[in-house]
Amino acid sequence: MLRLAPAAIVLLLLGPVAAGLGGVLLPAFGYLPVLGGDSLSVEPFRRLFELPGLAASVLLSLGTGLAATAIAVSAVLLFVGGSFGTRTFRLMQRFVSPLLSVPHAAAAFALAVLIAPAGLPARLLSPWLTGWTHPPDILVVHDRAGIAMVLGLVAKEIPFLLLMTLAALPQTMARERTELMASLGYGRVLGFAHGVVPVLYRQLRLPVFAVLAYATSNVDVALVLGPTTPAPLAVRIVELHADPDLAMRFVLAAGAVLQLGVTGAALLLWLGIERFAALVLAALAPTGWRASRDAAARLAGSALVALPAGAILLGTAGLALWSVAGPWRFPDALPARVTLGVWMRVMPGLSAALGNALAIGVCASALALLLVVAALENEVRNGHPPGFRGLAALYLPLLVPQVAFLFGFDFLLARAGWDGRFAALLMAHLVFVLPYVYLSLSGPWRSLDPRYARVLASLGRGPGTAFRRLRLPMLARPILTAFAVGFAVSVGLYLPTLVVGAGRWPTVTTEAVALAAGGDRRIVGVTALVQALLPFLGFFVALAVPAWLHRNRRGLRVAR
Amino acid sequence: MKAGRDAAGLRLEAVRIRLAGRLLLAVDAAVPPGAILTVMGPSGSGKSTLLAFVAGFLDPAFSAEGGVILDGEDVTRLRPERRGIGLLFQDSLLLPHLSVAGNLLLGLPPRIRGRRARRRLAAEALAGIGLAGFAEADPATLSGGQKARVALMRTLLAEPHALALDEPFSGLDAALRGQMRDLVFGEIRRRRLPALLVTHDPADAAAAAGPVIELAAVAEDGAPPL
Repeated sequence: MLRLAPAAIVLLLLGPVAAGLGGVLLPAFGYLPVLGGDSLSVEPFRRLFELPGLAASVLLSLGTGLAATAIAVSAVLLFVGGSFGTRTFRLMQRFVSPLLSVPHAAAAFALAVLIAPAGLPARLLSPWLTGWTHPPDILVVHDRAGIAMVLGLVAKEIPFLLLMTLAALPQTMARERTELMASLGYGRVLGFAHGVVPVLYRQLRLPVFAVLAYATSNVDVALVLGPTTPAPLAVRIVELHADPDLAMRFVLAAGAVLQLGVTGAALLLWLGIERFAALVLAALAPTGWRASRDAAARLAGSALVALPAGAILLGTAGLALWSVAGPWRFPDALPARVTLGVWMRVMPGLSAALGNALAIGVCASALALLLVVAALENEVRNGHPPGFRGLAALYLPLLVPQVAFLFGFDFLLARAGWDGRFAALLMAHLVFVLPYVYLSLSGPWRSLDPRYARVLASLGRGPGTAFRRLRLPMLARPILTAFAVGFAVSVGLYLPTLVVGAGRWPTVTTEAVALAAGGDRRIVGVTALVQALLPFLGFFVALAVPAWLHRNRRGLRVAR
Repeated sequence: MKAGRDAAGLRLEAVRIRLAGRLLLAVDAAVPPGAILTVMGPSGSGKSTLLAFVAGFLDPAFSAEGGVILDGEDVTRLRPERRGIGLLFQDSLLLPHLSVAGNLLLGLPPRIRGRRARRRLAAEALAGIGLAGFAEADPATLSGGQKARVALMRTLLAEPHALALDEPFSGLDAALRGQMRDLVFGEIRRRRLPALLVTHDPADAAAAAGPVIELAAVAEDGAPPL
């Protein structure tokens, strides 16, 4: 049984992606006998490119995706280089996981409420500084260049890249290397760039590619913050999905293939950016330039990481304020009255969505956890550490744009009569939950001192005892954390829930994004807050249960 | 279960361990009951590899031939938990989520039944190492010497037929080291257990007062340090 777990995981990851890509590739070239397409043609692409403003959409996806990735990667590297080993660094370590658990859409809402013309900062500065007595009529959210969307993506991707960096740092001998560079007289940032980044970046590459793939093809952040005339490519593909004209399915498929091409092109351009950065670094090295006065760079790194984090926290507070706000006239910093009226009005309608999100999240992360634990236990017992192939399978669903394969996958499900079933939705969620659960648990599982199991065996205890009495209790915290990570990922999934759920399984995330169109800040405040807080519930349980189980055991307390 | 007197003890028969086809070490030795065979050598000489082979944990990267004969029975192909060879490491490796008694009960064979009988035996064992009343203590609150004694008792309660010791005293300070050495070696002799001791400390070898095998460094021809 255990031996089947790794194969089952790879199948669950690759199956939907491969089937989904197949499911759009054929219709994209006109082949879809159910809808009368029985010969290959490029007609769908021709009709796709006839859509108004399509070129602008493509450029927007490409530009905002690359910009968001470049800013997030530079911010993380600048921050880690400038503050590695300092108290700021340790402080940030604590904030990473909660920030990561905030769903993309919730972070986008938080940012929107902050930067909106009627947002808190604008109110605090008005009218004494700005002279505004009414919210200015300027497009900050949904701006045509996509700046707000880039900011939203950056704010969400920084915690992810930071966590990946934290995981990779111990294997790079970062402390020794930074100390060596410092002893040679190099400033922190440049010393880090020369000494650590070349080794570190090799391990960060797949996560960075995943960020780029997401940034060039996201839907939920784009819907909340992105431009609308025209919208980025992924959003327009989703709009095609809503078109009642079934012939548009061919165009939709062509769009999915185009999205694959756009993300692929972005990856190629990114490879060029990587090469250029490596060349600059290589050219700097022989000059012996020490950059020893790098306070400005260090400050910039800290600011680039702290500002988005602070924006999400402040914005969430702003959402909370809006959700209980009575009348709130423009330049007033606080609402005139505080009321629970909106909560009372919205929550009954939201309870079904909350129940769905909870059910899907718990089932998907429990199933993922079971498979991942089985695979890791198999690794311990039978000793087959996964090669590169296993890792690539883990990252594949994160590297292929969701819009590119979800519609094809859903189409095949619909043919099989599975569309909109809970099991189908569960399968779609597993594709995205499994990688994160695996990435979260495999490190702690593998780094448990193998000598414990040897001592147990020398006492005459078999592998079953080692699993039940050694690994399960000693790894209780990482196991529950992995569950919480899976739950947070599932709760935050927008497009898979929308497409595969076929509208029958609305969750807090799909509801929040749908309600955003209505533009009522108070209602958005309630739904976005519920959406942001739900993943916290998982992390609270993950921290509280082991803390209670091991309350009398000092050796298992978290250090510091 | 035990075979004739001449078969008692631990025998390493024509043990040859290779890494990537290259011979790492070759050992032939017999350890009678109550005797301690000391294996010494610089790091990278493969002394821990020999211990892993005897206890059944050899990394698949190595290939080994030869036999481990314990009390006349060839245990080379047995799973580690069926060999009856107790292990002690430099770290006590007490399970942090269990109490001190919980750790000892892990060692006590399931043959001894009844919760109260098992707990009484654990309490007696604790009293025997001067830790009466520590049954419910958190292992993390014990001193280094106390932890080492609990680890030793956990191993002995499992009624091993032989002991394999991997630098068991290196983690202790000089005064404790002598005491712990006396305790472990005393138990080995009292219980007439054959023991394999891997160490780099000549004082350990002298106190063991048994045969010594010196493994040469094999790293000269580019072998990876182990």
